[in-house]
Amino acid sequence: MFKALYSQIVTIWTILQHSFTKSETVEYPEQKPYLAPRYRGRIVLTKDPDGEERCVACNLCAAACPADCIALQQGVKENGRWYPEFFRINFSRCIMCGMCEEACPTNAIQLTPDFEMCEYKRSNMVYEKEHLQIDGTGKYHDYNFYRVAGLAIAGKDKGEAQNEDKPIDVRSLLP
Amino acid sequence: MSELGTIGFGLFIIAAAVGGAAVLTWFERRLLGIWQDRYGPNRLGPFGALQVAADMLKLLTKDDWVPPFADRLVFIFAPTAIVVAMLLGFAVVPFGPELYILDINIGLLFFLGMTSLAVYSVLLGGLASNNKYALLGGLRSAAQMVSYEVFMGLSLMGVIMLTGSFSLRAIVEAQADMWYCIPQILGLFTFLIAGIAESHRLPFDLPEAEHELTAGFHTEYGGMKFAMFMLGEYLGLILISCMITTLFFGGWLGPVLPPVVWFCIKVFALICFFILLRAAIPRPRYDQLMSLGWKYMLPLTLLNLLLTGAVALYMEG
Repeated sequence: MFKALYSQIVTIWTILQHSFTKSETVEYPEQKPYLAPRYRGRIVLTKDPDGEERCVACNLCAAACPADCIALQQGVKENGRWYPEFFRINFSRCIMCGMCEEACPTNAIQLTPDFEMCEYKRSNMVYEKEHLQIDGTGKYHDYNFYRVAGLAIAGKDKGEAQNEDKPIDVRSLLP
Repeated sequence: MSELGTIGFGLFIIAAAVGGAAVLTWFERRLLGIWQDRYGPNRLGPFGALQVAADMLKLLTKDDWVPPFADRLVFIFAPTAIVVAMLLGFAVVPFGPELYILDINIGLLFFLGMTSLAVYSVLLGGLASNNKYALLGGLRSAAQMVSYEVFMGLSLMGVIMLTGSFSLRAIVEAQADMWYCIPQILGLFTFLIAGIAESHRLPFDLPEAEHELTAGFHTEYGGMKFAMFMLGEYLGLILISCMITTLFFGGWLGPVLPPVVWFCIKVFALICFFILLRAAIPRPRYDQLMSLGWKYMLPLTLLNLLLTGAVALYMEG
């Protein structure tokens, strides 16, 4: 009984000492927390260093998306490049898992440290390509898919990409 | 005081008590926040004080609903009873040497009677809701109140023995030499615990016990009826603090400052202490509560009674 009473008094004293400790609260809208560059927030489409859009409309992101929130349509430009005719992400379904970013072969789709997407109408959560496309390169500044890929487009034939050898003439027997 | 003056003072006390109880809802949350290393409501107005107004507005605009399965008359009567009983309790509190509504020679008994009446409110609320959680809450409150009422009254007998009067003014005046918190330390301790149980504040809020019984006796209540229960609880807290001040801490007595200010300071300190208890101590199990009451508190009060009686007799010679 006395031991229990003593323990209660110690508890009260300990709590009283907390009158002088600092509050743990981060007062959010005024005081923003630090978010790492790799934070998984709002999704963007980036451009390569030459200012061309990186997305080649391969559909891998839409296939990887577990929430099925990405929709796009592939188109071909005159110079042979693929591009998305439309690109649509429904952020009211998106779970910010980052699987699309991992799946993307061209580093086009990237997640950013921004989570403040509030809308009064749910339909406003559906972002079209013009909302997603940014002018910068995102997290990978030097990467340009068509300069390292073997695909031939106008102005770059096979074997002219970086670190790429000339194509081998398979019909010749010469070493 | 003239008759009109007394009525005016009575109305002022009602307004002050209800207003104080409303502000207390915000103050308690701020204080709990400080003790739990957070801020509490600090958004609305200076230090978040307008939170009170926001809460009130919210409660007032809620649907005033009575469940179809409830006993309608009793269901509506229960929340009013606690507020009325608690407000009547303020009638006998002496706020200063000339500042009181009623000075009756059974003031202390009147107070005990009023707090006992408040038990009916909890009981009837639990019964009329026709809900098993509410019933369990009412059941617990009945057992808790009955067992704590016993030594609540007995713990004050020492004070009455030393004073020789039930009048609260006489009790305060008798403390001019020494506050009763020193010779009646056991009485203070037991009355404090009984007081918490009586106003069912947190360590002893078993009738409510939101973790076990959703909300206990007021599970089915909403809107202003729920607000009345809350108001009653906070009024009870203020009333118990006033009573402890009057009975054990010398009421309005104190140097330099005017008597009313001393009274208010003491009551405020006690309210802070009650909130500290809420922040620090977890709720005991139900059987632990009962055994604490009957096995420890009651013998302690009886011991206090015996010692005080012996000393009082010895002093008389």
